[in-house]
Amino acid sequence: MAATSLSKSLYARRRSTNFVAMLLAMGAAVFGLFWLFAILGTLFWNGFSAIDLAIFTQNTPAPGSAGGLANAIIGSLAMTLIATLVGTPIGIMAGTYLAEYGKKSVLASVIRFINDILLSAPSIIIGLFVYVIFVLQVGHFSGWAGSLALSFLVIPVVVRTSEDMLNLVPTGLREAAAALGAPRWKVVAFIAYKAARNGMITGVLLAIARISGETAPLLFTSLNNQFGGSGFFSFWSSDMNAPMANLPVAIFQMALSPYEDWQRLAWGGSLLITVAILALNIAARGLAALTSKGN
Amino acid sequence: MDRPISSGTIMARAFLNHRDGTKGGIAERGITPAFAKRQQAQDSIFYYLTLGFALLVLVILGSIMASLIDGAWPAFATFGLGFITTEIWNPVTEQFGALAPIYGTLVTSAIALLIGVPVSFGIAIFITELCPRGLKRPIGIAIELLAGIPSIIYGIWGLFVFAPFMQLYIQPFLIKGLGPLPLIGSLFKGPPYGIGILTAGIILAIMILPFITSVTRDVFETVPPMLKESAYGLGATTWEVVSRIVLPYSRVGVTGGVMLGLGRALGETMAITFVIGNAHRISNSILAPGTTISASIANEFTEAVGDLYTSALIGLGLILFVITFFVLVLARLMLMRMDKKAGG
Repeated sequence: MAATSLSKSLYARRRSTNFVAMLLAMGAAVFGLFWLFAILGTLFWNGFSAIDLAIFTQNTPAPGSAGGLANAIIGSLAMTLIATLVGTPIGIMAGTYLAEYGKKSVLASVIRFINDILLSAPSIIIGLFVYVIFVLQVGHFSGWAGSLALSFLVIPVVVRTSEDMLNLVPTGLREAAAALGAPRWKVVAFIAYKAARNGMITGVLLAIARISGETAPLLFTSLNNQFGGSGFFSFWSSDMNAPMANLPVAIFQMALSPYEDWQRLAWGGSLLITVAILALNIAARGLAALTSKGN
Repeated sequence: MDRPISSGTIMARAFLNHRDGTKGGIAERGITPAFAKRQQAQDSIFYYLTLGFALLVLVILGSIMASLIDGAWPAFATFGLGFITTEIWNPVTEQFGALAPIYGTLVTSAIALLIGVPVSFGIAIFITELCPRGLKRPIGIAIELLAGIPSIIYGIWGLFVFAPFMQLYIQPFLIKGLGPLPLIGSLFKGPPYGIGILTAGIILAIMILPFITSVTRDVFETVPPMLKESAYGLGATTWEVVSRIVLPYSRVGVTGGVMLGLGRALGETMAITFVIGNAHRISNSILAPGTTISASIANEFTEAVGDLYTSALIGLGLILFVITFFVLVLARLMLMRMDKKAGG
């Protein structure tokens, strides 16, 4: 009799401990989701009213006057594009070495390890690095320096994803091609790349998503340029070699300014950049899901 | 070592040759030595090309180290070890000591881990053990989207939304409730500024949530179902399975994930810059403004006048890089050990 009541109370205690623990776990999930919605909510609340046609057509204004973010948007797009164009081939080639040639060799393991470190290294360090090796040598901030810094952020992401995706390609496919007489490089370039294409595009999309919000590496590389050229094309053609406006740094400077107009523009820019990045993230995920279903 | 294979390819007669723009396959032309040679050359060009770009990864890391050391040299030469151990930071008299930013970096990261780790574990447990199947993916994705939001957005949100909230509700409550306590009381003294070390730490905690959660989830999934089922079969509750089977089994991997989160927290820049207050001093209270390494660099670099000032800031960067490097190395080593376990 005593034994059963003891085990009953023990059982009750275990049950209630479990209940409390699971409640806390659920609470943690709600806590995490809460911040996502809180941040996105305030972003839409404050940013939506700031988005109008002018934000896309006019350059950043002097404090107290109306304007937009056109030069910053174009600057960001240009630097992101160049960084992606530079970083992607490098990343894919390095990833190819790791997946197709290096495999488990010591050299490949070291490169893989270092790449993982670069992947999570603080981006502000990359900014300092480019400042020392590029800006100091040239003598001024420039759009090129900004692009270079961003491309250093693209490379590790693309290396990682292209290696992972190439590893998913069945060895049988490569062997089949080799048996038909294809040299190794053709096996890789025409068979493995084709099979891994969607996954590699996913990686590039994720890399673009990562760099388009980066602010820290641009602070001392491209800096900011409040006044773009007078029109779209004059800006486009002239300024890669000068300090270049970009969305993140513009948001940074405007948000910390005391002017209400500027703060409003900062919110608008923040909303634009976040929506773009989340869309990229979701597109990348969609593509990845599509691929895994295809296999 | 795998070198480009070519001997096998010479034997071939295949459709792929059409891509060379030659007429007919090898079968008709026979295998000429020149043809074989060209194939071999192309193969090794491709091989060395990929090898070169792979080596570039090492070169990048090496040059980051070298350039930071080079840039920081004047500061270290002037102040010696005192650069790390003194607190004075005075651009006017050109006195620079990194202690306050180092302290701020470590304390904000510690707060972030203190809050972020239990919450991440909770989320991971919820997703792996409790969540209805249909909700698993959406919730997982939503948490990971937190990682997609750029740092600067956390900053602007922290400054305009979260800091006022802290100032109005949380900080007065902490000052009243915990301030009078012995020992820990001094941590919660002073006026509620809104911004400061604690606010920065909480925002950091939110930012590292997705990173720790996703690694923790992944290593939780590597626990063999057989182990868990056996425990359930013996009558264990979910919590007992998690705390006595899953956590001990995945301990190393989970620690790796936490270190990865720590690496993020240490180097986080923009969000902190907005909300920490940028004061080069060490105060007892975590409600007071402070600074971190990355926030100091972001704030002062473009305004730094004089070589020594710039060099001191690059020196800060070097210290940050060295700290995060070791944290990340530890994290990766732990995760690799975990991978081996899962693989074997």
